[in-house]
Amino acid sequence: MRALATALFSILLAASTRGASPQSPPATAVPLQQPDVASGKRIFESHCALCHGLDGGGGRGPSLRRPKLNHAADDEALKSLIENGIPPEMPEAWFLSNEEIASVAAFVRSLGNVPPEILPGDPARGKTIYARSGCSACHILNGDGSSFGPDLTDIGARRGSRRLRETLQNPAKTVPEDFLLLEATIASGQAIRGIRLNEDTFSIQFRDQQGRFYSFRKSELRGLKKLRGETPMPSFGAALSPVELDDLVHFLATQRGKP
Amino acid sequence: MRLLALFLISCSAVFAQVPFERIVNADKEPGNWLTYSRDLQGHRYSPLTEITTQNVARLKVKWALQFPDQRMEVSPIVLDGILYITGPNSAAAVDGSSGRSLWTWKRPIPPDYHSIGFGHTNRGAAVLDDKLFVATLDGYLVALDLKSGIERWSAKVLDYKVGYSMTMAPLAIEGKVVVGVSGGEAGIRGFIDAYDAKNGQLAWRFWTIPGPGESGHETWSGDAWKTGGGATWVTGAYDPELKLVYWGVGNPGPDWNGDVRPGDNLYTCSFVALDAATGKLRWYFQFSPHDTHDWDATHVPMLFDASIGGKNRKLIAVANRNAFYYVLDRATGEFLAGKPYAKQTWAIGLDPKGRPIPTPDSEPSKEGRLVWPNANGATVWFSPSYDPQTGFVYVATREIGARYFKRETPYRPGTIFPGGGEDELPPDDAWGAIKALQAETGDLRWEFKLHSPPWAGVLSTAGGLVFSGSDEGNFYALDARTGKPLWDFQTGGPIGANPVSFLIDGHQCIAIAADHVLYVFGL
Repeated sequence: MRALATALFSILLAASTRGASPQSPPATAVPLQQPDVASGKRIFESHCALCHGLDGGGGRGPSLRRPKLNHAADDEALKSLIENGIPPEMPEAWFLSNEEIASVAAFVRSLGNVPPEILPGDPARGKTIYARSGCSACHILNGDGSSFGPDLTDIGARRGSRRLRETLQNPAKTVPEDFLLLEATIASGQAIRGIRLNEDTFSIQFRDQQGRFYSFRKSELRGLKKLRGETPMPSFGAALSPVELDDLVHFLATQRGKP
Repeated sequence: MRLLALFLISCSAVFAQVPFERIVNADKEPGNWLTYSRDLQGHRYSPLTEITTQNVARLKVKWALQFPDQRMEVSPIVLDGILYITGPNSAAAVDGSSGRSLWTWKRPIPPDYHSIGFGHTNRGAAVLDDKLFVATLDGYLVALDLKSGIERWSAKVLDYKVGYSMTMAPLAIEGKVVVGVSGGEAGIRGFIDAYDAKNGQLAWRFWTIPGPGESGHETWSGDAWKTGGGATWVTGAYDPELKLVYWGVGNPGPDWNGDVRPGDNLYTCSFVALDAATGKLRWYFQFSPHDTHDWDATHVPMLFDASIGGKNRKLIAVANRNAFYYVLDRATGEFLAGKPYAKQTWAIGLDPKGRPIPTPDSEPSKEGRLVWPNANGATVWFSPSYDPQTGFVYVATREIGARYFKRETPYRPGTIFPGGGEDELPPDDAWGAIKALQAETGDLRWEFKLHSPPWAGVLSTAGGLVFSGSDEGNFYALDARTGKPLWDFQTGGPIGANPVSFLIDGHQCIAIAADHVLYVFGL
């Protein structure tokens, strides 16, 4: 019964203002509604999850769990993209009403943007801790630092405080999906460690901590180990006091990227 | 007299450039590629021997041709030095020596056309007599003059406004052109059509979802058959002796929510064998009864003869999207052998008649259930290859699972009708392979691992080679007997097409479309 009610609700929503399809009866009596994340989620699961995954994590289509979307700079662009698709791969949602599109857009935005939290700790002290702990030896933050590890400029929009804390205490447990440490043993027997930049069936490209690029045919390597679950990042669980950890987490959580 | 003879020969060339006999006897002219799979038996095997395991390392690009469209999936037709290629609602003839086009043809895509569940693409053409046959996204089968690309006739096959489309290469048989339809994610009712090659008149239609009163209708309930899917979007095969057309049928609709369509849902996820003269069903074999994982059986069937139990049998084989390899008798549809060729967690096995015995908890659920393979299957639309020299079937295999979930989806004509979906595993947990299977048993002979699940088909050649492509742009050659890599080339774009081989100026070439570029290689 509840399913039926949901289905009827969707049909009613679909029959609202735009009437783009000859199958949609003209309906002007339905009042305009504010974007609703919950109904956006339902529509997403019915029409978008097929390619983008139930939780927006990606599948045939890309992951939408990111603060900045490649094809939609702002909310208006996102709504337009949902309505018109990206030919030829992403179909148009011509059959959705403006309100439904706005709701789907609101849901998509909610996927990649961690809402600001009320946190313990002092972000100003956290900034000092960030500087003295050597983080910039591996990370770029607002344009400064070294690029061996992930860019932290918008880390607060991408990661919640729990995840940030976990990464600082036990970085090996939260290695990002696209960040792979590897060890290549070349013909001389020398082992080189680096972060994978690209890979296909026959070749692999990576960069070491000094920023040197390497590219090898896999057949010329004596060994290639993918060090899944390993990271060059040290744990700061013991190096920092609980208060310092709060400060640093708070500082990182405020790094939400440039407008 | 000699002049007259020449004149007569040239007349016959003009008026019946590719009579059906030439396609039937494709092995007599290995320099041409006259039908989607080169032969009617779906082998995608070239008898050419200039490029071998010894010299393939010297293979080089001869020319490349850029298309306006991304992710070209075309498998060219090659006739006497000319390549005939297609894109979405377009076709062209290209000089095989220079790579320069000789004519192009385009049909506008209507502004209100929507591809539902796939991109704008086209996988190739068919040729018969003096015509090239192209199926369009907006539902027309168009016959073009081979020499000029001028339209000779067009037939309206379907109504795109309710979700139908066409992307496959038609199959030319005796006097007829057979086509199938896309739209399995849009709640269509699938069919296979045959048109008179001379004038475009409909010769017969076979509905893949039987209507009231027809055999198989009892496997549906209520009105579910009306939106039952059963698309037929990949080119079939033909046995000119048995005069049977073999065609794969796609998933039922809605894809992931089977609650609204109890029953086996015939003839979805089946092979059907149709009488070429009438389109009447001779036999069917259903691989995935009541499918809820989007495992279309839309594959190119491979027809070959082999000895089973000391008896020579006429066989049809397929590596199915559901991760099982099947061998059937192609005269009767009798199940002879079947076994998994890729990781699968949805079935304990097959019963003596080839029907799967499902595992508990493999159905999509509200929260999602992890099942191998994923919805794209252990292989998809791209072609396998049967190599008569090794007796192996080569399959581009996808080793990837997904969390399948189920949702309500009300049917609305011309919109997506999925009833759920899937969350794929992260990229590094998935991989691909070219697998060599013993054709009559499915036993694994070798596998060559790929970095990721592939989207490209396989070509085998009498030079002892297997060619295929990767999603990272590698086009490569393997030793057909061992799977050892012998050559590779980075094309610069994902490969989602089938390779072909042919002669240009007396020398063997290999062609593959990679993203929006067609490459032709030679020694």
